[in-house]
Amino acid sequence: MSVAENIPDLDRKRPIGAKKLAGRIALYTTLIILALFVLMPLAVIVLNSLRVNEDILRESFIGWPTRITFENWGVAWSEACINAACTGVRPYFWASILMVVPATLISTAIGLINGFALTKWKMPFAGVVFVCITIGVFLPPQVVLLPWAITLSALGLSQSLAGLALVHIIQGTCFTTLFCRNYLINLPDDLIKAARIDGAGFFRTFWKIVVPLSPPIIIVTIIWQFTFIWNEFLYAVTFASSDFRPITAALMSLNADDTGVSEYGFGSAAVLIAAIPPLVIYFLGGRYFVRGLTQGAVK
Amino acid sequence: MSNLPPPPAFKARGKSRAARIAQLIPMVVLLPTIITTGLYIFVFVGWNIYLSVSTSTLLPVYDYAGFDAYERLWRNPRWTTGVWNLAFFGVLYIVLSTVVGVFLAILMDQKVKAENLLRSIFLYPIAISFVVTGTTWQWILNPSTGLEAFVRNLGWDEFTFTLITNRETAMYAVVIAAVWHASGFVMVMVLAALRGVDHDMVKAGQIDGAGMMKIYRRIILPSIWPVMISVLIILLQFAIKTFDLVLALTHGGPGISTTFPAMFVYDRLFAAGQLSQGAAAAVWMLIGLVIVFLPVMALAWVVRRQRGGAA
Repeated sequence: MSVAENIPDLDRKRPIGAKKLAGRIALYTTLIILALFVLMPLAVIVLNSLRVNEDILRESFIGWPTRITFENWGVAWSEACINAACTGVRPYFWASILMVVPATLISTAIGLINGFALTKWKMPFAGVVFVCITIGVFLPPQVVLLPWAITLSALGLSQSLAGLALVHIIQGTCFTTLFCRNYLINLPDDLIKAARIDGAGFFRTFWKIVVPLSPPIIIVTIIWQFTFIWNEFLYAVTFASSDFRPITAALMSLNADDTGVSEYGFGSAAVLIAAIPPLVIYFLGGRYFVRGLTQGAVK
Repeated sequence: MSNLPPPPAFKARGKSRAARIAQLIPMVVLLPTIITTGLYIFVFVGWNIYLSVSTSTLLPVYDYAGFDAYERLWRNPRWTTGVWNLAFFGVLYIVLSTVVGVFLAILMDQKVKAENLLRSIFLYPIAISFVVTGTTWQWILNPSTGLEAFVRNLGWDEFTFTLITNRETAMYAVVIAAVWHASGFVMVMVLAALRGVDHDMVKAGQIDGAGMMKIYRRIILPSIWPVMISVLIILLQFAIKTFDLVLALTHGGPGISTTFPAMFVYDRLFAAGQLSQGAAAAVWMLIGLVIVFLPVMALAWVVRRQRGGAA
């Protein structure tokens, strides 16, 4: 990312005075306090996942682990009871993976080729298609929830991960097409023209010219689709079966399961297990994550 | 053939049969997306509207019942409270996220050391699901486990912090969690826009002797309006879709004090077995989205035209 130093060095000519020093101290103090506030919830659940539940109940949810235990993670992964099934979050984690990975890859691939078709080829109604796709991005899911449910059951896909993945692919394609279109529209037309003159057809141009130039947008789109579909709850809880549902839906059951005894220790570990995949992607691909935000959304 | 308009850039030169087929390929590629998108934007929404005026209760039925479901909706306190809550929450959420985000962006714009680290910290909540956000904040704000118990354990026995269990204030708990989730996103968007602000305009302001505050207020912030509109649009649709965050955080409670329209729709469709009413509520959500989007879109259009005219 080209974080060019566009903001001029406003105070360069003045010597560092006491006033300026005070300003810098105030600036960093404010930033650090705010950063700590933002980090606090994550820190609290990380610490809790290492605490013994009795300690949490006795001392409160916010606290330092006096006795460190890693047992919570094991219990949350494979033993905790969710909806009377004591399997931990493991099956739900795999259900999420099984559904999210294909949905992400397929919708990204379709989005890229759609974006190419929309921007680099003369198309009748390209504008109308673009508007429809934009509407698809913003449409509240509630308004299509019931028709989806009826359609999936007619297709024999109700209460299944395949049905859920299908919904995410169809809806996600709007998003990925929009993203890829906004990127590919800036690709020089001359490149495509040259390929055309050399006799390359649609797919050949796509494969030889567009795909090699698109890794940035492919990564951005994959990161965003993965994060969005992994974190999505409404469709997950509606369209998947209760014993093999994505982890966000399972987590809500764990949270809502008020059996009297509160198991915050492994509850925290379960929450973290659900949060880890998008967080890992976020920290690994942070650069692209930010780029996706600032480029994709602004256009 | 000879009456065709002048060929556009990518039209095949020799109009052989193969070339004409080749021209169809992009359309064929787009066709599945056009069909599925058209299906779910027009057919599904239309279908949902149809169900909302049907006699459906537990199962979809296609007998016409008129606008009965719509009328009953506005007499249902769960729905009216939800709509009121959404308005209240939406305003606070959007205003606070924007204020905090812009403030953070301005701070980050002061040649801060470790900018990348700080940005990663401020932005990470956007990568975390609403379910995780809601669950975690529920634990922290819950008086018997969270902040209240923590402060009491420090020896401050009288300390009370019942924000989330009090009907009057529970909505602020939702706002806190939502602003925590979104303000880093606003910061990143605004910061990127700040970096693109015209160097010369800022310099001109300095030469005129304007202070830093004035430069931000008069020159920099007004010139990043397009980004602010994008932010507004994204926050608006986050607000209207609010569902899982509240479900995990307060479950709509205490009572129905933090119930939302999206929760009402889900409840009618899949728990209460009142399909037509759920569908009618969903239609209202769509209408609400259109109503708040239209002025924003109009504003975006005006801004874009002004900028286009200036360039």
